[in-house]
Amino acid sequence: MAHTEKDHIKVSAQLESEIDGLISHYPQKRSASLMILHRLQEEFGYLSQPAIEWTAMKLELQPINIYELVTFYPMFREHPVGKTVVRVCRTLSCALGGSHQLHSHLCRKLGLNPADKGPQNTPDGKFTIEFAECLASCGTPPVVMCNDDFYDNVSTDQADKLIKKYNQP
Amino acid sequence: MAEIASQKAPADTPPPVEMVRVRINDMDVDVPKTHPDPLTGKPVPTTMIQACEQYGVEVPHYCYHPKLPVAGNCRMCLVEYGLPALDRNRQPILNDDGSPKVQKMPRPAIACATPISPGMEIYTDSPGTIEMRQSVLEFLLINHPLDCPICDQAGECKLQEYSYEHGQSESRFVEKKVHKPKQVDLGPRIMLDDERCILCSRCIRFSRDIAGDDALGFVNRGSYNTLAAYPGRSFDNNYTLNTVDLCPVGALTSKDFRFKMRAWFLKETKSLCNSCGTGCNTLVGTREEVIYRQEPRENNAVNSSWMCDYGRLNYKWQSSENRLKTVTAMRGDIREVLNWSQLLGEIIPRLQRFQPGQIAFIGSGQMSTEEVFLFKSLAEKMGGLVEAYSSSGESDRLLLNADRLPNTNGLRIHHFTTSGQISPSSTHISEGIKKGAIKALFVIREDVTAHGISIDLLESLELLVVSDIHRTPATDVAHYVLPGAAHFEKRGTFVNVKGRIQKFMKAVEAPGDARPEWEFLHEILHKATGQNGFSTIEGLFNLMAQKVSALHGLTWASLGDLGVQIEIPDSR
Repeated sequence: MAHTEKDHIKVSAQLESEIDGLISHYPQKRSASLMILHRLQEEFGYLSQPAIEWTAMKLELQPINIYELVTFYPMFREHPVGKTVVRVCRTLSCALGGSHQLHSHLCRKLGLNPADKGPQNTPDGKFTIEFAECLASCGTPPVVMCNDDFYDNVSTDQADKLIKKYNQP
Repeated sequence: MAEIASQKAPADTPPPVEMVRVRINDMDVDVPKTHPDPLTGKPVPTTMIQACEQYGVEVPHYCYHPKLPVAGNCRMCLVEYGLPALDRNRQPILNDDGSPKVQKMPRPAIACATPISPGMEIYTDSPGTIEMRQSVLEFLLINHPLDCPICDQAGECKLQEYSYEHGQSESRFVEKKVHKPKQVDLGPRIMLDDERCILCSRCIRFSRDIAGDDALGFVNRGSYNTLAAYPGRSFDNNYTLNTVDLCPVGALTSKDFRFKMRAWFLKETKSLCNSCGTGCNTLVGTREEVIYRQEPRENNAVNSSWMCDYGRLNYKWQSSENRLKTVTAMRGDIREVLNWSQLLGEIIPRLQRFQPGQIAFIGSGQMSTEEVFLFKSLAEKMGGLVEAYSSSGESDRLLLNADRLPNTNGLRIHHFTTSGQISPSSTHISEGIKKGAIKALFVIREDVTAHGISIDLLESLELLVVSDIHRTPATDVAHYVLPGAAHFEKRGTFVNVKGRIQKFMKAVEAPGDARPEWEFLHEILHKATGQNGFSTIEGLFNLMAQKVSALHGLTWASLGDLGVQIEIPDSR
């Protein structure tokens, strides 16, 4: 989180005009906070401190107002993530269906410590493993999402195949 | 709350406010339907907690504060209540005796955010209400570290107070407490203990809405909900220490007071801040002649419930090494220590030796009104000139005034300036000394070398009498040095920039032989003129009030704790 005055976020003119468009949809500027954060995360992969400050500046707010949002929603990331984000559901039926074993398996396979809390990145930057709450397929546990792709009934063998599939250069 | 109204709304045309009859427990009371909003002054509906407060019924609360916007997040003020029952046609249902039937509501309401309505009944001590308080408190204590033995808030902590009244002796919580950051350096004057925080958001609301610095917020909402400033940003506005006062628990602590003294050992004395002309009312916390802290004391005509960090921490000079503690006289090149009666015996004849116009009396806006009065009387008896200097700095939009002296208006009501203007420096005294017209100076609480009278000029005088509380270049060359008392060490009054005359009380003893200036001025005046005065501050004030037109009709007692507004004469 260390950052200096020199840290900047390069928002292209096109992105900025898109964001200005988003702001104009709301009677109050600050109402556009979440939409802007989603758009910036889509663009940059995560929300750096300069990105939070840029958003606050854009909405005429203090950075703490935006930072409160970013730290509340698990979907917003303050740190960079791997090329493929693997979300393992841990809500009840998946937990009963072996999602914790699946998570441990994925972590071990990728050289990560399953006991660590929060999202974990592989050193090569290819994968991020994290738990997620219900992914809405409770009849077919355990389920995972790799970026925007959904997989259910994931056995350890299938997990290995998934890693291979997403490990393409 | 009524007093807040007078602060915001114009006093001359208070619009009549409709009264509403409600019942608090067994007491029928009439309460104004609306109250002025603490921030905007606009009428907003009166809430249950305000109605109860007005009639001295306590509703325990953490997040509610009469001077901040309502947040309603702590739930401590939940009460049961009832409303007049209505039939199908929305007509009141009556009891057999014709009185409206009141129906207890199935769910409680938070007293801080629920407006009163006619016929409402508020039950602040019903079994249900008490049970809710116990439950809320139990939840608040689940993750609280209970480190009261080392907590600065202990003794004045709302968690402790309500635990005593409503808490349970045993915790039913067997799980592990959530741990949060214990020492967060929020800013230059504030240290935060997030484990103690009960997330009431008073500090956030104060910073945003009163101090105008939206610097604090809650991050990681959820089990790890934490009060924080934005990473890398220091919480450093000039009003941060008010959040320590507002914090109902020991989460926000003052770095200055942290771990210095247990709050229950402190003797609290009503005083005033002397750091600028605003005259914020204060409580000075002392123990065994040592000042440990200064806190704002509510006065809605002056400082509401706040004071600036600069003024609050500006008390260390009282105990500085540089304090003058002995009466001294210059004998050739040697400074000799005298006692007060020796000194008075020597200086009075020497002062009397000068012709009118040969002696000048230089006072200060740090002197109390009574001292200025005595000093002016002495100058008049001796035909001396009088002069005082101004001192100014940056002002801000809230409390800090550009006039850095607490009693400039006290000088004005006594017309304590021969040149007609209280300015940073004036030339007529130094010119007079140069020409030889002025041969003697009597200076109190002013380093005249900072106001255009050089050391060379001072050394050329036949007599230089200086009273101060700290050593200055002028006290080093003075023929006589009279150690004076800080306002913490005596009683008196200051008149603030808005013309409010306010009392300050004695918190600690003056060090060594130092004495309140009004005491020795009274003796000098008495001995020099043969006129007796009053040797108590009450008598002195009352005498002064008779003689000075701006103070006519006032007595020491009539000033009360909050002071009285007076007219300041137009001549500057």
